[in-house]
Amino acid sequence: MIRDITLGQYYPGDSILHRLDPRIKILATLAYIILLFIVNEWIGFAACFVFLAVEVALSKVPLSYILRGLKVIFLVILFTFVLNLFMYDGEVLVRIWKLTITDQGLKRALFMAGRLILLIISSSILTFTTTPIQLTNGLERLMKPLSKIGVPSHEIAMMMSIALRFIPTLLDETDKIMKAQQARGADFESGNILHRAKQMIPILVPLFISAFRIAQDMALAMEARCYHGGQGRTSMTEMRFRRRDYITAVILLLFAAGIITLRVLI
Amino acid sequence: MSIEVRNITHIYNKGLPQESVALKDVSFTVEDGEFLGIIGHTGSGKSTLLQHLDGLLKPDEGQILIGDVDITAPKVSLLAVRRQIGLVFQYPEYQLFDETVAADVAFGPRNLGLGQEEIDERVRESLSMVGLDYEKIKDKSPFDFSGGQKRRIAMAGVLAMRPRVLILDEPTAGLDPRAHRDVLNMIRAYHKSQADSIIILVSHNMNDIAEYADRVLVMDKGQVRMHGTPKEVFARSAELREIGLDIPDLADLAEKLLARGLHVPKDAFTIPEMAQAIAMQLRGGKTDPAAEGGEDA
Ligand SMILES: Nc1ncnc2c1ncn2[C@@H]1O[C@H](COP(=O)(O)OP(=O)(O)OP(=O)(O)O)[C@@H](O)[C@H]1O
Ligand SMILES: [Mg+2]
Repeated sequence: MIRDITLGQYYPGDSILHRLDPRIKILATLAYIILLFIVNEWIGFAACFVFLAVEVALSKVPLSYILRGLKVIFLVILFTFVLNLFMYDGEVLVRIWKLTITDQGLKRALFMAGRLILLIISSSILTFTTTPIQLTNGLERLMKPLSKIGVPSHEIAMMMSIALRFIPTLLDETDKIMKAQQARGADFESGNILHRAKQMIPILVPLFISAFRIAQDMALAMEARCYHGGQGRTSMTEMRFRRRDYITAVILLLFAAGIITLRVLI
Repeated sequence: MSIEVRNITHIYNKGLPQESVALKDVSFTVEDGEFLGIIGHTGSGKSTLLQHLDGLLKPDEGQILIGDVDITAPKVSLLAVRRQIGLVFQYPEYQLFDETVAADVAFGPRNLGLGQEEIDERVRESLSMVGLDYEKIKDKSPFDFSGGQKRRIAMAGVLAMRPRVLILDEPTAGLDPRAHRDVLNMIRAYHKSQADSIIILVSHNMNDIAEYADRVLVMDKGQVRMHGTPKEVFARSAELREIGLDIPDLADLAEKLLARGLHVPKDAFTIPEMAQAIAMQLRGGKTDPAAEGGEDA
């Protein structure tokens, strides 16, 4: 159950998306997310959907694996949907007690939930096809201009990739601790909310202690290998844009132009 | 109350590219009062097997019967199962959480719904069983102890549930020789103190298994490779070495002495026994009761 969380994980493979330059992938994902919020008509939405569908197909990551990641945040999506459903004025479709569902509300709710789903899938495609190291290197390079104005770009990139790297480790740890407490008769599945909240203590305390221990070990191991921040650090593999990266950039620009034109015209 | 494992198979990440078969058609039985040792190379499925015995994992195929209860059945009460079975995980010290040692050890008994008096009594008893002084440490934080002491506290937490079946996953990993001995002797003492209790011990130390276990289960790549008395299992030294295991030091010594023409038994698994056998051989067949520690032949 806890292992269903696939968010932020790398999915080994050798698809064209896996081989693209991480910088292009990061920029493309950012651009795609912005476009998702520019879109406000069915047709643009359909275009975004198709674009992502092609991306998923190219990545060769099984659909079931991608959807597993969505399962975990299903509640968030549902909440957004319901909230939006009742929030807008318009032609009344259904009336439940004092709440009304309007055509505008339904449309917005569908759009918002759809946006969330596409947003999550598109960003998981980024992490599924990019190793944490590539992701860090890409982020660092993209943020490099910012270091001139004092943004610690290397440190930010490093922190992000370590955080990603530790999601599975901490999930493993949680799983182990939960089982150990269950073996001692703890019951996490029944009882009221108060009881369940209390049952979290035997999981959370050991989990925090483990997290601190892991972090400390990691810091020591990095220092033992002479890590001292980003200054003067070089990379074994230099990133270079290739033909496929330029082609991707062009496709992306065309897509963005199309979406923006749609928005302006309609 | 015996344990019967029938043809269980467990597959992790079923249907995903990382799918891995951790257990494959595993069957064996453990009788009342038995001390079962489990050995197997890293990743052979030992920990996965133990978690099945406590109902923490469900097999993809097969059944597990504890007494007459099939714990793999859909609606079985797992709390009832866990009342009978105590599982000490690998590195149990990382599961401590409560403010005081006494409260942490009491966690299991409290979950069983026992009365306060009974709980106090059990906490006191199980802490002394693991060689700790109840009065001295009961109000201290469990986090203020050394790794080895924390492990004892965690084990006391399981012993306090007085399980009929005590399962331990490498309880001596990372302990110094003294603590190592203490933990094993404590397990043996528990075994003797609870009539008909079953002990299942996973260990990478062949000497311990030879000395303590009544029967040995050998796992290899998720399957049962051998199951028998230590004598039967450790006689198959070539096969054991082939799957990344070994035989006890004394069996190894016996093998080497036999190769040199000294007739010592292959199944003398304690040092005094072996010393006596060697002495007897060297003196031409006479017994010497005082021969101890004469391991270097
Ligand atoms: N939670 C899990 N998810 C996926 N695969 C797992 C998980 N736990 C174990 N495995 C896999 O199942 C196999 C058996 O693992 P298991 O932990 O049971 O081995 P083990 O015999 O206890 O090894 P060790 O001696 O190292 O403790 C291994 O190949 C392991 O990679
Ligand atoms: Mg193990």
